Amino acid sequence: MKTFRRGGVHPDPSKITADVPIAPLAASAKVELPLSQCIGAPSVPVVKPGDAVVAGQMVAKAGGFVGAPVHSPVSGTVKKIEKTRSPQGLWQETVIIEADPESVNPQPLAGRADELKPEDLKLEPSEIVKRISEAGIVGLGGATFPTHVKLSIPDGKKAEMIIINGAECEPYLTCDDRLMRTCAAQIISGTKLLMRAVGVDRAIVGIEENKPEAIEAMRFAATVSPGIEVVELKKRYPQGGEKQLIEALTGREVPMGGLPVDVGCVVDNVATAYAVFDAVCRRRPLTQRVVTVTGPSLTNPGNFLVPFGTPISRLIEAAGGLPDDTGKVIAGGPMMGRAVSNLDAPTTKGLGGILVLPESMSRRPAVQPCIRCAKCVEACPMGLEPYLLASLSRLGRYEDAARRTIMGCIECGCCSYSCPSGRPILDFIKLGKLNLRKKK
Amino acid sequence: MNIILTTIIVLGMTGIVAAVVLWFVAKRFHVYENPRIAEIEELLPGANCGSCGYSGCHAFAVACVEATSLDGIECPITSNATMHEIGEIVGLAAAENTARVAIVKCNGTCENRPPLNRWQGPRSCALEASLYVGQSDCANGCLGCGDCVAACPFDAIAMNQESGLPLVDYGKCVGCGRCVAACPRGVMDLAVFDASKPLVHVACNNHDRGPAAMKVCKVSCIGCGKCVKVCPAGAVAVKEFLAGIDSEKCTGCGTCVEACPRNSITSYNKES
Repeated sequence: MKTFRRGGVHPDPSKITADVPIAPLAASAKVELPLSQCIGAPSVPVVKPGDAVVAGQMVAKAGGFVGAPVHSPVSGTVKKIEKTRSPQGLWQETVIIEADPESVNPQPLAGRADELKPEDLKLEPSEIVKRISEAGIVGLGGATFPTHVKLSIPDGKKAEMIIINGAECEPYLTCDDRLMRTCAAQIISGTKLLMRAVGVDRAIVGIEENKPEAIEAMRFAATVSPGIEVVELKKRYPQGGEKQLIEALTGREVPMGGLPVDVGCVVDNVATAYAVFDAVCRRRPLTQRVVTVTGPSLTNPGNFLVPFGTPISRLIEAAGGLPDDTGKVIAGGPMMGRAVSNLDAPTTKGLGGILVLPESMSRRPAVQPCIRCAKCVEACPMGLEPYLLASLSRLGRYEDAARRTIMGCIECGCCSYSCPSGRPILDFIKLGKLNLRKKK
Repeated sequence: MNIILTTIIVLGMTGIVAAVVLWFVAKRFHVYENPRIAEIEELLPGANCGSCGYSGCHAFAVACVEATSLDGIECPITSNATMHEIGEIVGLAAAENTARVAIVKCNGTCENRPPLNRWQGPRSCALEASLYVGQSDCANGCLGCGDCVAACPFDAIAMNQESGLPLVDYGKCVGCGRCVAACPRGVMDLAVFDASKPLVHVACNNHDRGPAAMKVCKVSCIGCGKCVKVCPAGAVAVKEFLAGIDSEKCTGCGTCVEACPRNSITSYNKES
């Protein structure tokens, strides 16, 4: 079975919601749409307070080439455009829409009847990219990089294959697993459109071994599609990191500081492939996604199809309400997610999971001195020296850290996870990266 | 006996040879340094705090000696008398410098701004600020992890365990400004410190609009502008919904302290 070569850890998968089907969840009456929902330039609002909007209408256009428009998931009236608080409590510019009560339900997922029509596969590649860009599609694996930018291959480089990321190595999260089981045919269709968009005839879908149903469903959907191969991967974190996935599937290594296209690959998440299908074939902008709401003490954890702009608190309520022993709520998975301090914040394009951890599991260990055991070095999938980078950044020696390729860090958290002294290694590496980016 | 004598002679000879070599090397590779540099360095605090803009006290002394005018070259943490002495050594007129001290523009104690969540990460304000809003909803206030305490080369700042805020010891603070640079939220600032009048400053850094600022803290400045109206010296101005006092113009009368409806302005007396 294939996997990447270097580093990695084996956290308990804890996929407690793997067998819970995707359930639709209606938005609340007040829908908040932050303008910064992708990595890149924030979107620019094209509506003003008082305007009536219909579901699927663009409310903010892309703020640049590396940027994506934002669409309203509901019909209603624009109330205000003002600063609201992000899940981390920081101010963010937001379009607030008061929704008509009958329009708050999410659009149903594509069924059997929704298939790729032969004429869709004859679309010009530029037309496919245009539709993807207009639909506001960004990488739904969590990095939220605008998909149309990935598909615009720079001059002098050549893509050879599309890689579809169904690894979902992050513990607890099952949104991609459920989507693959439910909409395998549409994901394969989306993959074909992506292949046509970049002009390649080969695609590999990588799925970890702990999702046998998803592998079977995807293999079945891909049987009649020559060129698309579904590969089972060994369970290992961070297999879903794009560089690790490329290495696991093709044996190629993306150079430090390089992009996947440098080794001829374009990587997209399964949820992104589904969104591409929705945008190109059904002409639907990206206004909703599957979010896993999970945690050991939740009474009704599950996978929900929610329109963007729904408060996180509403999702937790749908999963049975906040348990009494809650210690921490995390946006994302336990390895890469960020703690949430404001539960009223809306869901956004990059949010694939809400994890509610009990107090006993959310405590951080007491920090002990580094004993130079090099467990972090062993665990780092990028071959860095995390203990050193963390120390340099703690001391403010960012330039020295940059020379030791701190920017190559993918923030997977394997170093902090493996540290027997409970040192906050990744926290300081992130701080160093942030300060270096600011200096540029 | 013989062994002891031989040892002394051999070691003594080695010592003499080494001394001659060292003397020769010291003469041959001697670097001439202006003696005034050492003289000036002697007068400087020797803290190497860098607040003058040079890399340390030695670099500052070199700059003084090489300068053609002392305008803009000043050690903010020494007294005027010392700067004058330096001026005499290099034969130039030293600029008057004003004594400054660090002020804490936040009074968000646990009582005024109750914590809404608990920060479990490492004690680093820079880190906490990069990740989220902090333990309260105030996006501008003190985070309480003590980056300023760690940055102070004069041991003049300590964390007040009760309030969770830094406390500046005005007996030790020399106004070097290291804490100002270290604070990721801009809570620390410098103000003119004149022993003859109380030090009055706004103990808030909240730039948000009134209603938002009011919600997060009991003593936040909401930018109402009452202090601007009552100040007889015209030393107060409101910028971005936050009042600021020009400490050079301020007479320390304390009218604004009483007028402030939010109790955001504090006054510090040297005697108290």
